[in-house]
Amino acid sequence: MGVNNHHETFPWKHIVGFIFSLLLTFAALWVALSSGLSAGAIIGIIVILAVIQASLQLFMFMHMTESDSGKIQTINMAYSFFIAVVVVAGSVWTMSFVL
Amino acid sequence: MAEAAHRYDETMPLEYRTQESRLNILGFWIFLGAEVALFATLFATYLVLFQRTGSGPTAKELFEVKDVLIETLLLLTSSFTCGLAVFEMRRGRLSGLLTWLLVTLLLGAGFITFEIREFIHYVHEGATMQTSAFLSSFFVLVGTHGAHVSLGIGWMILIIIQLLQRGLTPRTARKVFIVSLYWHFLDVVWIFIFTLVYLTGMVI
Repeated sequence: MGVNNHHETFPWKHIVGFIFSLLLTFAALWVALSSGLSAGAIIGIIVILAVIQASLQLFMFMHMTESDSGKIQTINMAYSFFIAVVVVAGSVWTMSFVL
Repeated sequence: MAEAAHRYDETMPLEYRTQESRLNILGFWIFLGAEVALFATLFATYLVLFQRTGSGPTAKELFEVKDVLIETLLLLTSSFTCGLAVFEMRRGRLSGLLTWLLVTLLLGAGFITFEIREFIHYVHEGATMQTSAFLSSFFVLVGTHGAHVSLGIGWMILIIIQLLQRGLTPRTARKVFIVSLYWHFLDVVWIFIFTLVYLTGMVI
């Protein structure tokens, strides 16, 4: 399922992933430092860029969906990110009521 | 699922050939899920406390774009070269695999060097772990990531030694693949440190 011994001769997937990661990094940097948007908008945008870049790593570099257990791996990571969002957003929201 | 019946499958890349290897790789993914939870708690602590700067410096005063960008590019490139190492491994080329692993190691060492310099610089400016809640949680979060990278460097050196001694076998291939997962994962965590700690700190 998704993996076999058929070899590509040039690592296109990796190079495309790397170029996109660089673009996303510099885009986030530009949005944060030079876009002049409000702090809320900036944080919203750069978090989205980070999630895209993390997905690139998982799919293009880590081959998350390959092998028989690709589905389990993907569900496992999706669930762990769900836990992360709940822990982080839940803590920040709760503590926003403390002085 | 007919494939699951075969204990040894010639059509798959080396690291997936035995059932044991496949289970090891799946197990490592489960471990990475637990690592996400670990870092989530540290991010939560940091994001709750990062404006509690007490009498110490704020994130905005402390962080320097250039240093952070250098660290980010070093780690991102090392993740890329680690991917190339696995690519070479799947083509059956031991020399290519070793070369890219070595490049990955050097970039990782460069990252750690810059991070240690950054920490020393902060301490010299009077920004230590004891200065404020912001700095305590900052050093714990970023330091835990740095400790992971340091561990990864040591681990990768051991794998390289095994590759030199035993060559490419289903066993060593599986070990390379797992250390590569770990390495890429460290870059995933860094993307969020870059975004939620450094960039956010420079904005707010």
